[in-house]
Amino acid sequence: MSDSRLAVVFDSVVLPVLALAGALLLFGGFVWLGGASPTETWMLLFKGAFGDAFSWQNTLQRAAPLMLTALCVAIPQRAGLMVIGGEGALVLGGLVCAGLPYLVAPPAGVAGTVLVLLASALVGGAWIALAGVLRQYRGVNETISSLLMSYLAIGLFKHFVEGPMRDPGSLNKPSTLPLNESNLLGLMPGYEVHWGLLWGAVACVAAGLWLFGSTHGFATRVVGGNARAARLVGLPSHRLIITACALGGACAGLAGGIEVAAVHTNANASLIAGLGYTGILVSFVARHNPFAVIPVAILFGGFGSAGSLLQRRLDLPDASVLVLQGFAFVLILASAALRGRMGDWLVQQQAVRAERVAHETSRARLAREQAALDAARKEAA
Amino acid sequence: MSDASLWADVAVAVLGGAIRVGTPFLFVSLGECLTEKSSRINLGLEGVLVLSAMAGFAGSYLTGSPWAGVLLAGVAGALLAMLHGLLCSLPRVNDIATGIALMLLGSGLAFYLGKGLIQPQAAQIPSIELGMWSDSAQVQAALRINALFPLGLALAAVMAWALADTRWGLIVRMAGDSSDAARALGYSVNKVRVLATMAGGFIAGLGGASLSLYYPGSWNEGLSSGQGLIAVALVIFARWRPMACLGAALLFGGAGALGPALQSVGIGWGYHLFNAMPYALTLLILVWTCSPKRALQGAPMELGVSR
Repeated sequence: MSDSRLAVVFDSVVLPVLALAGALLLFGGFVWLGGASPTETWMLLFKGAFGDAFSWQNTLQRAAPLMLTALCVAIPQRAGLMVIGGEGALVLGGLVCAGLPYLVAPPAGVAGTVLVLLASALVGGAWIALAGVLRQYRGVNETISSLLMSYLAIGLFKHFVEGPMRDPGSLNKPSTLPLNESNLLGLMPGYEVHWGLLWGAVACVAAGLWLFGSTHGFATRVVGGNARAARLVGLPSHRLIITACALGGACAGLAGGIEVAAVHTNANASLIAGLGYTGILVSFVARHNPFAVIPVAILFGGFGSAGSLLQRRLDLPDASVLVLQGFAFVLILASAALRGRMGDWLVQQQAVRAERVAHETSRARLAREQAALDAARKEAA
Repeated sequence: MSDASLWADVAVAVLGGAIRVGTPFLFVSLGECLTEKSSRINLGLEGVLVLSAMAGFAGSYLTGSPWAGVLLAGVAGALLAMLHGLLCSLPRVNDIATGIALMLLGSGLAFYLGKGLIQPQAAQIPSIELGMWSDSAQVQAALRINALFPLGLALAAVMAWALADTRWGLIVRMAGDSSDAARALGYSVNKVRVLATMAGGFIAGLGGASLSLYYPGSWNEGLSSGQGLIAVALVIFARWRPMACLGAALLFGGAGALGPALQSVGIGWGYHLFNAMPYALTLLILVWTCSPKRALQGAPMELGVSR
């Protein structure tokens, strides 16, 4: 493998894998301090995530919204923004998905499903685009504003679900009226996972193709890489940044809509499950590359699915998955410090080798050239 | 009950709530002010708040003394903030991403370690009764303030004086305004920033203790929701001046107390909307005070959060 390719693979694959392995090690040590056995924890993590068909189904079901909420972080990051309000966009998307039938009765069947999902994507896109607008035109830091907006969105959600939109039949757990049966997202034929997984993967692939294969995506990356250079070249940075925010927000809103249409069938408080925050972590581990988001989301879906197994078997609190995610996030960020070191080390090695070649005696040079000729002759033969 | 007395009751409740709810805001914004003066932005204070609330509750529960809990809360806050400082000292690590990571790690650790603390009661921080002169129970309740609040007042004054008039304050401000100048004088910029972040975390931890040992006075997983983040925005609003942080914290405490105040007089509509008021207020204030064209007056020059 050529040196530069090796450095790139090290930075983008080996470092994240090492960071995740380190997080698992730390987590094992952490539960050991609490009295549980680390090896049993690791085995249960694996079993709960990828052990049998049921775990796989659970994992993939959790991975579907994570793919989309990770895009809500990855796409704006490519435009240079650090948006972490995916939770708010998801919650509003779910609210609108369940709430649209209150205003306009959607047609039965697939058309209705498309309509409600489109509505949730639009709302999510508008929400995060607002954060982008605030940043571009008022200079408000987008991390703070998007997080504040996500708390606002949760407040709005709770107000509507427990108030005007409440289903009178839902007594213990306030929720909206359920969606019409024909508008729900069904399971994929043959598998026990809903269609949302496919839409999540399609969104990631589409985002990747847009980002790396289209002019608009390239322009967005330029704005993200060096805003001043983009302005010098004449790129419309405001429009590009706000579009990137809108696209990311649309993905998160779609995630909320899919959660309502496929999993919960109505909007209630269990929609607020921290999917947006896990999506931030997924995006960071995937180095904000939409293609890499797919396997990383499956991995983190696995962690989430293993969490309930850990709770049942080892009596660990369900926050243990949050702790694992926290360790993973910290180590991923710390590994950023090692980025580029492999490339530097390889360049150094190459320089040492070149110096060695320059200083060898003529006898050694003759011997080396003879050996090379022999090798070439052997290959040709 | 007449309308006038209804509104008077709400006003009194909001006033009392301004101090009660504003105490954690005060401590966290003072801590963040110190951190940002050295030009580190610590978004992880939300996680620090939750973790220190749990640690404070645990300390008070295990030892029976609320002040031991307060100390433990401060130490927990300092430790988590130290992690933030050390991570950010590594090359190529993004401040803001680290803050988000610590937000998640702090909350996760707090929920995990605090599982056994949800039911029990812990010794609470004593109150100072300032409403003895009134006969009304409501005024008395409103003027019953947290014993930590005077400490916060003193801390704000001390910090304002220290940052302006002492050598340590000058070193912190130098690290924040010009790392070149600090380095030229022989101070390690990283060390100053890590120490400032740790001190800020300790102060923010005191705010966490106020949450779990005074109001609401118990440990559960919904204890803090974004208050650490509001405090970060408060510091920008207060233009990095500790005394202005005090005023801003009281303002936001009042806004946060509006929901429970209305509920206490029987108005239950829009409870969630009123609870969302502090976030909306913070957002409006940020929109009003920030500008894309010029840096904010008083911003530490090395800080990357305000443009």
